[in-house]
Amino acid sequence: MADRAPLLPLVLDDVSFVARGRAILDGLSLELAAGPRTIVLGHNGAGKSVLLRVMHGLIAPTSGNVRWSASEVPGEPRRQAMVFQRPVVFRRSAIGNLRFALAIAGVPRAERDGLARDALARVGLDAIAHQPARVLSGGEQQRLALARAWMLSPEVLFLDEPTTNLDPGASLEIERVVQAIHDAGTKIVMVTHDLGQARRLADEILFLHGGRLCERSAAAAFFHHPATAEAAAYLEGELPWRSTAAA
Amino acid sequence: MNTLSLAFSEALSMVLRLDPVLGGIVMLSLQVSLSSVVLASALALPIGAALAVARFPGQHAVVTMLNALLGLPAVVVGLAVYLLLSRAGPLGALGLLFTPPAMVIAQAVLVFPLLAALTRQVVADAWGESREQLVSLGAGTWTSALALLVDVRYTLVTIVLAGFGRAVSEVGAVMIVGGNVDGVTRVMTTAIALETSKGDLPLALGLGIVLLTIVLALNIAASLIKEAAQRRHG
Repeated sequence: MADRAPLLPLVLDDVSFVARGRAILDGLSLELAAGPRTIVLGHNGAGKSVLLRVMHGLIAPTSGNVRWSASEVPGEPRRQAMVFQRPVVFRRSAIGNLRFALAIAGVPRAERDGLARDALARVGLDAIAHQPARVLSGGEQQRLALARAWMLSPEVLFLDEPTTNLDPGASLEIERVVQAIHDAGTKIVMVTHDLGQARRLADEILFLHGGRLCERSAAAAFFHHPATAEAAAYLEGELPWRSTAAA
Repeated sequence: MNTLSLAFSEALSMVLRLDPVLGGIVMLSLQVSLSSVVLASALALPIGAALAVARFPGQHAVVTMLNALLGLPAVVVGLAVYLLLSRAGPLGALGLLFTPPAMVIAQAVLVFPLLAALTRQVVADAWGESREQLVSLGAGTWTSALALLVDVRYTLVTIVLAGFGRAVSEVGAVMIVGGNVDGVTRVMTTAIALETSKGDLPLALGLGIVLLTIVLALNIAASLIKEAAQRRHG
């Protein structure tokens, strides 16, 4: 795996996505390099989730190009993964879900169990390996989804609001795992609505507005001195106590 | 005692003492319908799943037609299979007409649309929920279809049981292609029809009791399986 050309950087060139006459993404160009954790912020409908899906290849852009630096070989394990807002787990045991994903990835049967057990241990689910995945709590299901995504050490992990449906404790668990995945060398690209979470996890911010990349800054700069009026208004709106405190 | 209650008590005693004539008819019924459902399921489940997951030109038309076939009249299926298997028909050389295999074929044709349409619906719902995840994992069309069939396996059990219920309780198709030959192709439904017209009410009623019990038991089993699976797997 190490001697292969890396997938990153990822280049989006003038990417648009139009659905029912409305431009969800509107001529968006950017480059994502390995390393910094990229957090995508923006209002509802700004195009954040669609951007992630276009990058991950789940949606084909209406126009423009999505170029990875290397191409993935069909039949080999995927080198990018995605975790969704609502975790999708199948009617199997927790470890069965991981073995199933490894089977899809073409991992030989003999190696699946060990990899699956390691992955469960890394997200703290080893004690419930044999419980049916569908009856786990929301936080446990999301950690299982993270384990599945992390199992084969992808180069890039996309996360689409992975903690939106979770309580604060479960959310912090997810953040801890995301941090660990970053530390292990996977590029994190994550959409969130939780600004506290964005502050804790972000190295850089992509701020989308109306389907365009409105602002891209280092996290600290974005939160203290947003460069655009739209970003400033977004931060004010999302943190209403700031305006009262400033008054 | 009037005729009706007399017939009823006679019917009950036939059932309880496992009357050989009645037993033979019941066994043949179960054999024919079980075989037809196994045969139809082997084709209908994968085809239903593929129709839910694959994208191809004309797919919408195929699904519409399949759903329309849900209301397929049994006698029309019987007639079509009769024409296929009759001496002059394309499969006449096999000599299957008025044999149990002909009845198996007719019932399989009858329940195939039911099994395929319901399977397609259930798998399509599951596909809607998990399509992005499966694509993200790198699963192709066939892997996804197979995985979703496994995922909805408990619902499939109830679908197959519904198919068996439809097969075992239909009369038109087996009557035409089986011919209701005593001891050879006489099943519960055709026997009930014949014995009623002959006036042998105890045998007709006895078979009716058995048939009703089977269909009821199937429905209870289906809902129990569904509930248990729901509790265990969510």
